[in-house]
Amino acid sequence: MGTILVIAETFGGKLRKSTLNAITFARTLAGKTGGDFAIGIIGSGIAAVGGELAGYGAKGVYVIDNPGFANYLAAPFAKAIVALADQVGATSVAATSSTFTRDLLPRVAARLGAGMVSEVVAVIGDGAGVKFTRPMWAGNVMATVEVKSAKAVFGVRGTEFEAAAPSGGASPVQTVAIAPDAGANQRYVKFEPVVSSRPDLGEASVVVAGGRGLKDKAGFAILDPLADLLKAAIGGTRAVVDAGIAPNDLQIGQTGKVIAPNLYIGVALSGAIQHLAGMKASKTIVAINKDPEAPIFSVADYGLVADAFKAVPELVEEIRKIKGV
Amino acid sequence: MKILVTAKRVTDPDAKIRVKPDGTGIETAGLEYKLNPFCENAIEAAVSLIEKHTGEVVAVTIGNADVEQNLRAALAMGCDRGIRIDIADEQLDSDLAARILAKVYEAEKPDLFLFGKQAVDGDSNQVTQLVAEYLDLPQACFASSITIENGEAVVLREVDGGLETIAVKLPAVISADLRLNTPRLPTLPNVLKAKRKPLQVLTPAALGVDTALKVATVSYEAPPQRKGGIKVKTVQELVEKLRDEAKAL
Ligand SMILES: Cc1cc2nc3c(=O)[nH]c(=O)nc-3n(C[C@@H](O)[C@H](O)[C@H](O)COP(=O)(O)OP(=O)(O)OC[C@H]3O[C@@H](n4cnc5c(N)ncnc54)[C@H](O)[C@@H]3O)c2cc1C
Ligand SMILES: Cc1cc2nc3c(=O)[nH]c(=O)nc-3n(C[C@H](O)[C@H](O)[C@H](O)COP(=O)(O)OP(=O)(O)OC[C@H]3O[C@@H](n4cnc5c(N)ncnc54)[C@H](O)[C@@H]3O)c2cc1C
Repeated sequence: MGTILVIAETFGGKLRKSTLNAITFARTLAGKTGGDFAIGIIGSGIAAVGGELAGYGAKGVYVIDNPGFANYLAAPFAKAIVALADQVGATSVAATSSTFTRDLLPRVAARLGAGMVSEVVAVIGDGAGVKFTRPMWAGNVMATVEVKSAKAVFGVRGTEFEAAAPSGGASPVQTVAIAPDAGANQRYVKFEPVVSSRPDLGEASVVVAGGRGLKDKAGFAILDPLADLLKAAIGGTRAVVDAGIAPNDLQIGQTGKVIAPNLYIGVALSGAIQHLAGMKASKTIVAINKDPEAPIFSVADYGLVADAFKAVPELVEEIRKIKGV
Repeated sequence: MKILVTAKRVTDPDAKIRVKPDGTGIETAGLEYKLNPFCENAIEAAVSLIEKHTGEVVAVTIGNADVEQNLRAALAMGCDRGIRIDIADEQLDSDLAARILAKVYEAEKPDLFLFGKQAVDGDSNQVTQLVAEYLDLPQACFASSITIENGEAVVLREVDGGLETIAVKLPAVISADLRLNTPRLPTLPNVLKAKRKPLQVLTPAALGVDTALKVATVSYEAPPQRKGGIKVKTVQELVEKLRDEAKAL
């Protein structure tokens, strides 16, 4: 199947760990089709990231480091990645799904003349007959698809491919001179980050999520001591994000983040189809809701029918007791 | 200003979709269809931009004759006319949808082409970006605010880690996120008016589009179901279970 080019993601000059999930996908696909994989990194001031990715068994790590790529814009980034894919002879391009790669990869696909599979969750079969599974209809349907075009692009669902461990060896790290070509019809204006001292929602092993039942910002804040105690990330439903109670990048679900932590605690949220699409792969699910009929209970390992304003502080107390803190 | 906007039809977003026992598709009996919620945001944005800047809004959809009902719903929200490209959902992939819509753009030459961020049936989140690349236009996806000034669209984008602002010169391609606006409900007079608005039907062949797919769906299955768990009576019991049984604390 030739070479798979994995696109690494960086944020503030640092590697995003989600990149390692796409490496596992590439190893899996290369193993099944007899190909190999390379890693591409694009940005400004990201040269050090190349070395970080040298131990994963790629045939090469290619770094496009140029001040013109300091801020992301889809068209010039897509052009550069396709130029890199051509240089390394890649027949496919893959990256872990995120708002960055969801924006970028389809453009890469169109430019390569490739079919793209979004949110790949499994690779089925091998050789020329290899197929891919992806969710449709908010994860209520799993479709098996086949790429008919000679080239392919894959958006990889990070929760379904574990983070790759280094495999030893040292891939050659090479700087590639590809200049940005943004043209005059688009410009980056600014980025307003959401600053948080908590673990990243996509990477945390414990997630505490709140819903509309918490009412307002003050109500939502009852989750803070629980999250502190469990070193958890905080997430929310669309309802709390729409209401301005939580920032947009904390939305879990079909149209937000897809997570699969070791422990998910859903508080005062109903468990709508669109929310379940983003968390039902979690290892252990706890639901706290005052309505015994709430749909979230149908996926919860442990359900507690209770008023959140009473149950959450109690939960903090009980966990403190057993942890002796 | 002329705006082209998509009016994709989807199965009711809140319906529980089931796979046919033989895995060839989904059970469609009794299913209701609606406008894709993200397309409703795009249509709302298009109509309110034209209310402010004047001009025309053209709604476009791809689908068989049944989808005209949903296209009329877009006209009732205030679009001036509609275009339907006649091909069934089952014969589409994201790439073909994009190549068809790119041809419609070329025929209509709008200043702005508005999409929904994703279709809640296919869930691919690809078509907008594919169209932008096929047309070599700038894109601004996942918009939660759009302002047009001096021939460019300034767009606030919802991205991981925060909010990003970019500016794209018109003509441009933009996809709407859910927080962009609250779609209006059509009034009865507007529903009646929509019935008389012009609606054009085209075929992929007439647009010169090759209908070969790049990604073919081979089969469908239901996802593995989670086993329902238990209800605990007290917070104390919950903590004990989490510690001793789930080993999650
Ligand atoms: C019964 C049934 C069977 C289906 N079978 C298949 C199948 O076999 N293979 C398959 O790929 N899909 C199938 N679909 C889904 C199909 O209709 C997809 O919606 C289409 O392929 C594009 O979806 P997407 O997920 O790629 O769109 P996305 O990339 O998520 O869409 C982004 C945006 O593009 C625009 N857009 C997308 N599609 C249209 C459209 N048709 N008309 C107007 N604007 C549009 C909208 O603005 C949308 O918000 C089926 C749907 C139904 C109801
Ligand atoms: C196109 C589309 C995409 C969407 N995408 C997403 C998505 O990505 N993510 C997402 O989350 N949603 C999404 N939604 C929205 C989704 O359909 C639901 O509306 C939303 O998830 C509901 O949020 P909620 O559970 O917080 O609120 P509600 O459904 O209102 O539930 C509140 C719950 O809190 C309980 N409650 C109230 N007070 C208390 C109390 N004191 N103690 C304990 N329990 C209490 C109630 O019993 C109720 O079950 C989407 C919708 C659409 C149409």
